[in-house]
Amino acid sequence: MSDVADRVRKIVVEHLGVEEDKVTENASFIDDLGADSLDTVELVMAFEEEFGIEIPDDAAETIQTFGDAVKFIEGAQ
Amino acid sequence: MFDLTGKAALVTGASGGIGAAIARALHGAGATIGLSGTREAPLQALAEELGERAHVLPCNLSDPAAVAALPKQAVEAMGAVDILVNNAGITRDNIFMRMSDDEWNDVLEVNLNAAVRLCRGVTRGMMKARWGRIVNVSSVVGVMGNPGQTNYAAAKAGMIGFGKSLAYEVASRGITVNAVAPGFITSPMTDKLSEEQQGAILTQVPLARMGSAEEVAAAVLYLASPEAGYVTGSVLHVNGGMAML
Repeated sequence: MSDVADRVRKIVVEHLGVEEDKVTENASFIDDLGADSLDTVELVMAFEEEFGIEIPDDAAETIQTFGDAVKFIEGAQ
Repeated sequence: MFDLTGKAALVTGASGGIGAAIARALHGAGATIGLSGTREAPLQALAEELGERAHVLPCNLSDPAAVAALPKQAVEAMGAVDILVNNAGITRDNIFMRMSDDEWNDVLEVNLNAAVRLCRGVTRGMMKARWGRIVNVSSVVGVMGNPGQTNYAAAKAGMIGFGKSLAYEVASRGITVNAVAPGFITSPMTDKLSEEQQGAILTQVPLARMGSAEEVAAAVLYLASPEAGYVTGSVLHVNGGMAML
């Protein structure tokens, strides 16, 4: 697992209060990890801060799963 | 009661009578205040009167770019925006049959769209802080209507519907969104009315007098306070009983 994935997983675990092993590649924030729509906004805010990047709204909407987030952030860095 | 020590509040329309009274009330409760308005001189004078914990943040609310920048400037000046009071408002009265698109759009832009943009600009910080207070200064006209003010009434009613919907969305983050709806308040706007007009108005007010800016400010102070934490999506009417809602 990459460094980005570890850091993203840590944010997701802390923010959503889920077990680390539930945060898998295809885990959907909303369907699998119990996030509501505001949680997804807050996760994106947390990613922006952690990685010092800007995630535009249209891109944020495509980030549905843990894997989506890792892929987007790796591409943005 | 109503201790705002350590909180930062952004007040629009602070160069006007009601806005200045709101700023004084919040500042008096211990808040740091960002005074926004179009006219810089009255804002500077008010900042000097308040002394420390007062920042002048001029902004033309009819300019969307300036409105988008205002929350950032407020955070730079005060460190955060915990309380937003959307108080600024203009009127462009005309009977509907003669109302131009410009008269309609100017009022909607300043009274409603600017308030919405400012809410967008401050909610991020409030969500992170898990605490926030948004108080929209609406009007009895937004609830009862008023001839010659279709534009103003639409904007003020819009604030209420917008605020209630936003209140639902952000409630889980400790942010409340409420409105204060003043009735006839002594201000430069009502001073322009003739004595006859004022007399006619007062026949509709059970308390038989105009309200003061301080009486509106007290309602805003309450809704901005920690004590109002269980109040959201509400409209607090300050109108001498002219509309008992």
